[in-house]
Amino acid sequence: MQFLKRRIFFIGIIMYRIQYFVFTFILLFAITANASSAPDSIPAHEEHAEPAKDLRTEIKEDIKHHLQDSHDFTLFHSKKDGSGISIPLPVILIDNGLHIFMSSKFHHGEHVAESKGNFYKLYHNKIYKTDADGTISYDEHNHPTNTKPLDFSLTKSVVTIILASLLMLWMFTSLAKSYKKNNGIATGFGRFLEPLVLFVRDEIAIPNIGVKHYNRYMSYLLTIFFFIWLLNLLGLTPLGVNVTGNIAITFSLAILTYLITTFTAKKDYWKHIFWMPGVPKPMKVILAPIELLGTIIKPFSLMIRLYANMTAGHVVLMSILGLIFIFKSWVGGPLSFGLAFALSLLELLVAALQAYIFTMLSALYFGMAVEEHEHHHEEAHTEHH
Amino acid sequence: MEIPTIVGAGLIVIGAGLGIGRIGGSAMDAIARQPEASGKIQTAMLIAAALIEGIGFAALFAS
Repeated sequence: MQFLKRRIFFIGIIMYRIQYFVFTFILLFAITANASSAPDSIPAHEEHAEPAKDLRTEIKEDIKHHLQDSHDFTLFHSKKDGSGISIPLPVILIDNGLHIFMSSKFHHGEHVAESKGNFYKLYHNKIYKTDADGTISYDEHNHPTNTKPLDFSLTKSVVTIILASLLMLWMFTSLAKSYKKNNGIATGFGRFLEPLVLFVRDEIAIPNIGVKHYNRYMSYLLTIFFFIWLLNLLGLTPLGVNVTGNIAITFSLAILTYLITTFTAKKDYWKHIFWMPGVPKPMKVILAPIELLGTIIKPFSLMIRLYANMTAGHVVLMSILGLIFIFKSWVGGPLSFGLAFALSLLELLVAALQAYIFTMLSALYFGMAVEEHEHHHEEAHTEHH
Repeated sequence: MEIPTIVGAGLIVIGAGLGIGRIGGSAMDAIARQPEASGKIQTAMLIAAALIEGIGFAALFAS
């Protein structure tokens, strides 16, 4: 069981800063449009000076806030008096030297944090350099014009990724140890893990890659399966993390699949992309760019699928919780609770299904890369004669 | 007259829905015909559904 000694990857640490998301709130609109009789006055962008916001705008902002990475774990937080329970995380900035302080200094963006003579302020989960008063200047599109320091903070996503990695390391080393100790029979928690490992091998790797080559890819397939599944499940906890719904993370996972497919591909794979046998010559010229584009579209669809599924799940769940504040009556609570409970069960299924689909499609692409087309060779030869 | 992108996204989502529905229906037919092959059919069904779903989400996020 050598393949159980997984290596962990901390890709998120490298990639988590890329945060240009376009969020769709179609589902929120669909739900809230009938539920509320408030006037339709959703502004195109948030106002900074106006303290009293429309309830729907506020819920929308809360959902957006939840989807983003942040510098602390907030269990609950009152906007009125600033009370609540949150776990601060360390902030690491590089701005003419290293600045390390806890995110509790920001007081959820209400205070200016001072570190070695520099002042920083949190605005919409991003850290900006300000003066001592914490003034943030805006351009005509209401985007802050303050400079951003290089941010290497251990944010919510990073901490969750490290947590999931350590959890996996602990789970699988204990499984490996129990095999060694007990003559190849899993004990304890390993009895839950062993069928899953066998499932990945027998249902995902072998049918898609083939008996000959599957062993090379098992380490990667098992790693992504359990990594994605654990992160999806952690996203359903009250910690409010949304790691697999972060496009930077899914991008990193997809790029790994792409690189492994590209660098382990056999001659046949490239031959079938650039000069596929058994096709008329003009068609070969047309098909080659399409096939080449296909190699990039495949990991791209992997990235979008996981990101969109998890983000959509979180948006719907948060919108349903928002119903409580929209109804403001005894109807809202039970309705929201019932719907959220049912949807959480569905999300449990989706969490496992998305991990399965990602692993399955990765295995399929690896299978394409190492596939040997015996009959095509013969066809190619007869074509030459 | 300019058609908003959201309309296009909606059309694509309708198409994706029809596609996934058809895949599910066909898989049910196939399983009813050959229950012993249900595992293989399910796998193929999930892959095809996932591919279409990707298009649907791409449309949704492009809008």
